Amino acid sequence: MNPRTPTREVTLILPMAPDMEIVASQAASALASFIGMSPDRVDEVRMAVVEACINAFEHSHATERKVDITFRLIGEAGAERLEIRVHDRGLGFSPAAVEEPRIEDKLKGDRKRGWGLKIIQGLMDEVEILSGSQGTTVVMSKSR
Amino acid sequence: MTEALKLTIDRRDGLAVIYTEGYINNQGGEEIARAAYELIEHGYKVLLLNLTGTKIINSIGISILIEIIEKMLEVEGRLAFCALTPTIEKTFHIMGLAQYASIYPDEGSAVAQIAL
Repeated sequence: MNPRTPTREVTLILPMAPDMEIVASQAASALASFIGMSPDRVDEVRMAVVEACINAFEHSHATERKVDITFRLIGEAGAERLEIRVHDRGLGFSPAAVEEPRIEDKLKGDRKRGWGLKIIQGLMDEVEILSGSQGTTVVMSKSR
Repeated sequence: MTEALKLTIDRRDGLAVIYTEGYINNQGGEEIARAAYELIEHGYKVLLLNLTGTKIINSIGISILIEIIEKMLEVEGRLAFCALTPTIEKTFHIMGLAQYASIYPDEGSAVAQIAL
């Protein structure tokens, strides 16, 4: 079996509504626990999912106010890795153009926000942003 | 969906401890900021946020905590955190918050070190 082949897949479609990120995080938590991740790593996945959902809710400018979240359990000998795709149908953006936030600048500046991607990248093993006119997909994964 | 953040404030001599219970999102962050600014107005320059009851936080909530840190720097006060989950602590380090607000494992060690 190809090591990237998902052994199981779960898809959620959530409205962009207050606290829906918590629903996504609960699913992520259950699946991360299912593949045997330690509680601390489960918690990291949970927080990364919250951030990916909030980014979609806040910045996608999608007219279709929903996100598709696909959870894939991946591995040759049983599920060893959880891959999560958070997809919106928004306007897209250029990931390369996003300036990395720095606390020194945020403390002095008016805009304190803009931390989502940095947090996701810091908490997950691998992160890829696919973005274009069809929307944005954050692909992130973490091993157990 | 989620219950609103609950805050409990313990005003002590020269120090106030804000206990949080629940999700720190934008509303939760605003709630903490309101409490912190009121304490600052009443002369408290050392604030400790005890997050024992908070298992999840988001970046919007943390951004509001950055506003409180900025305010504390303005008044030459100090904001510290204690009892963070490992993930929240890791997130604060990823963002660099730990450079401007001390993080302690528990309230006892925090109080012993931050009281002016």
